[in-house]
Amino acid sequence: MIMGSTAGPTPILSIENLQVSLFTRRGVLPAVDGLSLTVSAGETLAIVGESGCGKSLTALAIMRLLPNPPAKIVGGAVRFMGRDLAALSEREMQRVRGKDISMIFQDPMTSLNPVVAVGDQLIEAIRRHNEVSRHEARDRAVELLRRVRIPDAERRLNDYPHQMSGGMSQRVMIAMAIACGPKLLIADEPTTALDVTIQAQIIELMKELQSSSDMGLIIITHDLGVVAEVADRVAVMYAGRKVEEAPVEALFERPLHRYTRGLLGATPSAQRRRGSRLVEITGNVPALSDLPQGCAFQNRCPDVFDRCRAERPQLASLLPHRSAACFAAEKELSRDAAAIGA
Amino acid sequence: MRRIIIRRLVQIIPLIFAVIVMNFVLIHLAPGSLFDVMTSEQQITDPAMLDQLRHTYGVDQPVTVQLAKYIWSVMRLDLGYSYRQNAPVFDVIMQQLPATLILMLAAIGIALLVGVTAGVMASIKVNTIWDNLISLGAVFFFAAPSFWLGIMMTVMFAVKLGWFPVGGMRTIGVDESAIGAVLDVMHHLVLPATALGLFYAATFARVMRASMLEVARLDFVRTARAKGLSGGRVVLAHVMRNAMLPIVTLLGLQLGTMLGGSVVIEAVFSWPGIGSLLFDSVMSRNFPMVLGVLILGSLLVAVCNATVDLLYLRLDPRIKAR
Ligand SMILES: Nc1ncnc2c1ncn2[C@@H]1O[C@H](COP(=O)(O)OP(=O)(O)OP(=O)(O)O)[C@@H](O)[C@H]1O
Ligand SMILES: [Mg+2]
Repeated sequence: MIMGSTAGPTPILSIENLQVSLFTRRGVLPAVDGLSLTVSAGETLAIVGESGCGKSLTALAIMRLLPNPPAKIVGGAVRFMGRDLAALSEREMQRVRGKDISMIFQDPMTSLNPVVAVGDQLIEAIRRHNEVSRHEARDRAVELLRRVRIPDAERRLNDYPHQMSGGMSQRVMIAMAIACGPKLLIADEPTTALDVTIQAQIIELMKELQSSSDMGLIIITHDLGVVAEVADRVAVMYAGRKVEEAPVEALFERPLHRYTRGLLGATPSAQRRRGSRLVEITGNVPALSDLPQGCAFQNRCPDVFDRCRAERPQLASLLPHRSAACFAAEKELSRDAAAIGA
Repeated sequence: MRRIIIRRLVQIIPLIFAVIVMNFVLIHLAPGSLFDVMTSEQQITDPAMLDQLRHTYGVDQPVTVQLAKYIWSVMRLDLGYSYRQNAPVFDVIMQQLPATLILMLAAIGIALLVGVTAGVMASIKVNTIWDNLISLGAVFFFAAPSFWLGIMMTVMFAVKLGWFPVGGMRTIGVDESAIGAVLDVMHHLVLPATALGLFYAATFARVMRASMLEVARLDFVRTARAKGLSGGRVVLAHVMRNAMLPIVTLLGLQLGTMLGGSVVIEAVFSWPGIGSLLFDSVMSRNFPMVLGVLILGSLLVAVCNATVDLLYLRLDPRIKAR
């Protein structure tokens, strides 16, 4: 067996230096700025960060479903199984969506077409990417509804979205997303709109489906319990940039970036349960139109010093398998190293 | 479903009753009566003769008695006798009704086809020159009175270019096969139906554009795109399907005014429907006929409205069938 120079499996998705800009009346705003991410088969990447930091735009950029206007990919590459999705034509991209990459959204109650029976919406997804008869597609739809644990699947096929609960609708969305056996599933806050007990079931279901199919999963969430439960790796975003990335245990063990520390608060990782949300950090996120020189987090950082105001920290791999863009963390780690060396 | 239909039909009865009473009163308030026209046309001046005629026609009785008698006869589907056509009012109306139905259906068809297409186009090409042109056209056809439009179209396409007949419903004196007759009627129908339909097309276009833009922002449209559907399929199967709902409501509301509009258009194009019948009857104070047309007209509109409501129920599963 030949070992590559880099460890780990080759990623199915690798985003390189992605730039998404918002073209607004107040100018061109960098909503996602130089983001790089990778996801491998069977792996789960969690993206966390406060509201408005660009998580959803990143997900939509991968799917090429950005609300245009105002959002547009202006730079970088989204490599998926060797192809750059950012460079595909709309027609080519349509063959990727729903087949190779699927997405589910935050509010399942509004994500289904209210005047079309859920079965027909499911069948539509199946037939879009598979040459099967209506009858065959219907059988598959029933099979899919069973897989997402919807009781009485055959009868449910004829239901309309308003006849279903939020949890049921999200199950239908998941069934639709996995209908064509995607290699990557992007879930943008899939449980935020649901009751706590239902949230657990949906997360359970997604984990189960992932382990049986080896698909990659990107999960965007505010829920640290979910992160702890499903994620292999975590990327932390702030004001359109990735500020830290680490394996999940390592991140909870020792968050490096001061922003991550703020988010995780004082909760020890062992006690982190579902439903424990990201902690509120005092101060406001700077507006995209008004980003300061230097680190974007400087106005809220407890450990800010001169260099943070003068110079923007770049992502650096400060420890094995993990990186952060924080001068305070760098300083702290070099002090640690010096102490060990002494 | 059957219960809803029955309930909807039962609701029509008090409506028709109100129409009868209101129109009866209105007509009796208006100066001049059929009796006056009739007697003056026949040059009857002998007071004894007049009194006897008054008695024969029942106009010597109090208005309330006349009304009660009228309602009683309407309930037996007897709308009275038309002295002008020398035939029962009901028969005359039934003879003219198909022409009006054809005209209205064609106008609705044109309004929907043109209006919805234009609205969808404008929404797809929003804020482009196409969008602006469609908006401009919509404003024009909304503002232009349909009789003026009818006259202009006659001048242009019938008189100058000779593509279509000037008026009427059939070519006189030509004995044709069934298909030939149908084509002949359709040929006559083009101008009046377009003149009547374009006004509604303008409204539909504006509403459809707004509705399409509204729906296009909704979450399920993003879901449809995330499935990998083509742009056309997303618009047809998901956006339009939802955006049509306000159009159906609007259609139901406008059926009544459309019948009113057809009175004018029928007069302009001498289309032999109940519109021109009504026009003539008003002019000649033929009040039994006027009342008959108004009653059957309201009945027609009420039935159409009920049909549209039922259609809406089919289109939007969220409206619970109570
Ligand atoms: N359609 C849009 N028009 C204008 N600005 C937008 C639009 N969509 C997003 N933005 C802006 O882009 C930035 C990133 O938005 P994004 O939706 O990616 O945030 P998010 O991280 O997903 O937040 P949340 O946790 O609230 O979902 C925000 O500042 C937001 O205001
Ligand atoms: Mg979001």
